[in-house]
Amino acid sequence: MQKKTGRIRKSPQQRKQTLLGYLFVSPWVIGFLIFGLYPIIMSFYYSLCQYDVLRIPQFIGFGNYKELLQNDPYFWKSIWNTLYYTVIRTPLVILGSLLLAVLVNNTVKGIRFFRTIFFIPSIITGVVLSALWLWLLNPQYGLFNSILAVFGIHGPLWLQSPNWSKLSIVLMSLWSIGGGRMLVFLAALQGIPTALYEVVDIDGGGWWAKFRHVTVPMVSPVIFLWTILDVIFSFQVFTEAYVMTKGGPLNSTLFYNLYLYYKAFDDFSMGYASALAWLLLVMILVITLIQFLVGKKFVYYEGK
Amino acid sequence: MRLNFKTYRTTMTYLLLIAVSVVLILPFLWIISTSLKGSESIFAIPPQWIPKQIHWDNYAKVFTKMPFFIYMKNSIFISVMTILGTLISGSLVAYAFACMKWPGRDWLFVFMLGTMMLPMQVTMIPVFVLFKQFGWLNTFKPLIVPAFFGGGAFNIFLLRQFFLTIPKDLFEAARLDGCSEFRIYWEIVLPLAKPALATVAILTFMMTWNDFLGPLIYISDKLKGTLALGLAMFVGQYQTEWGVLMAASVLVMLPIIILFFLFQKYFIQGFMMSGIKG
Repeated sequence: MQKKTGRIRKSPQQRKQTLLGYLFVSPWVIGFLIFGLYPIIMSFYYSLCQYDVLRIPQFIGFGNYKELLQNDPYFWKSIWNTLYYTVIRTPLVILGSLLLAVLVNNTVKGIRFFRTIFFIPSIITGVVLSALWLWLLNPQYGLFNSILAVFGIHGPLWLQSPNWSKLSIVLMSLWSIGGGRMLVFLAALQGIPTALYEVVDIDGGGWWAKFRHVTVPMVSPVIFLWTILDVIFSFQVFTEAYVMTKGGPLNSTLFYNLYLYYKAFDDFSMGYASALAWLLLVMILVITLIQFLVGKKFVYYEGK
Repeated sequence: MRLNFKTYRTTMTYLLLIAVSVVLILPFLWIISTSLKGSESIFAIPPQWIPKQIHWDNYAKVFTKMPFFIYMKNSIFISVMTILGTLISGSLVAYAFACMKWPGRDWLFVFMLGTMMLPMQVTMIPVFVLFKQFGWLNTFKPLIVPAFFGGGAFNIFLLRQFFLTIPKDLFEAARLDGCSEFRIYWEIVLPLAKPALATVAILTFMMTWNDFLGPLIYISDKLKGTLALGLAMFVGQYQTEWGVLMAASVLVMLPIIILFFLFQKYFIQGFMMSGIKG
């Protein structure tokens, strides 16, 4: 193969490769144009309109955005709920799964068996997960409050209490996601040279010193990546709230995407919902950008 | 002294491992136990882990209270078609990114990765309107057809990473022999990429089998529903009959559990690379 030779004439061989390359990649490109680019542009256009699908969109300028930001208490409620959920869930998921990974990074006999056990909850998602946890968290007869009752503790109302509903969903998500993330961190942990831990041994440091001064810095790029992804995932929580609480009690689980769904497919306020979608896009971009700027300071990259 | 410390450490490790396992597995046992209980033992205090009377009829009731086999057929059909579309079109695109040289390739690849950041809510409404104009509402087409356009940036990325590990000499030699690109793709790359294809197939199956928002938006005819959609309706209707509801949940998750034990390796590989769930 020739190196880059600027604008010099290409051989027929190369021209054929180029043509075939475009042909092979075309399914994605066509898909992106139809299901990506066109909808994004239309979504912005709809967000400037009043639109109920049955009639043609009526252009109203920035009316939807104005209404959202100035007169819609549900909008602010859903932002608050989503931020609350994200801020509590993200660090717990990261820390929890990192600790699990450290635990299964042992070489004791049968460790593979335990890794499998830890992973199993991760294959349960969506509606099934929600149905199961609705029962586990039942205030009178569910697993949690039954166990708490054994210790004489009167458990909370979980999903039926406005103060506990979001935390209940966080708890469920920890159970269902910890094992999957654990595998991600395990792969990273296995790449840490043992010599680094031996240095801490020589210095007389214990378990905590190893975790704090070797493990965390060495896996910080992975922590960084998954923090960004988990924030994006948390922002999109939908199915659990739709199936378990429908946004209640007292709108305490009215998350952003649930509100968007209700606006779009219950009220058929497609223009209003499109404005919500565009604000979501902007929020995700801004938050990710901030994370990148802040994260750069804390992440340790080998060989730097 | 040294030896004692080591034994102590190992014991502590096992204790922790067992404790965490119990916490993670207990919900499953509780659910299976509930699915076999009649109301007399479901609402018993203190709870019975092994019901005095085993109620297999909870499972029988699932089949009479919802068209389970129709939902299962629909879910299987949608999943199989989606996997097919993803494997065929995704591997073609990944081949273009990993094994061919053409101007703009690396730029387009980075751009494609960037599109993964887009929340699907931004495209959801116009795509819905588009499918409505096609007359595709209340059919499986909106759930299946998009998979035939590359099967999603993430799957393409995964396949490309695997294709890159295939030694270049292999297809350079084939090219010199005058082998066509399509034959190289079909006869050299695809057979070597079986593990990656299996991983993508498993991930796609998990996503499609559990997908809720898609069927919720596009399917309104009760008999065209999927298992996930049917179970969600079931939750709304039978929230007091926990035994039947848990039996239904067990039946819906059973195929995934069975697949997990059959193809553990690919599940684990898939999760290590993606952690797909939100």
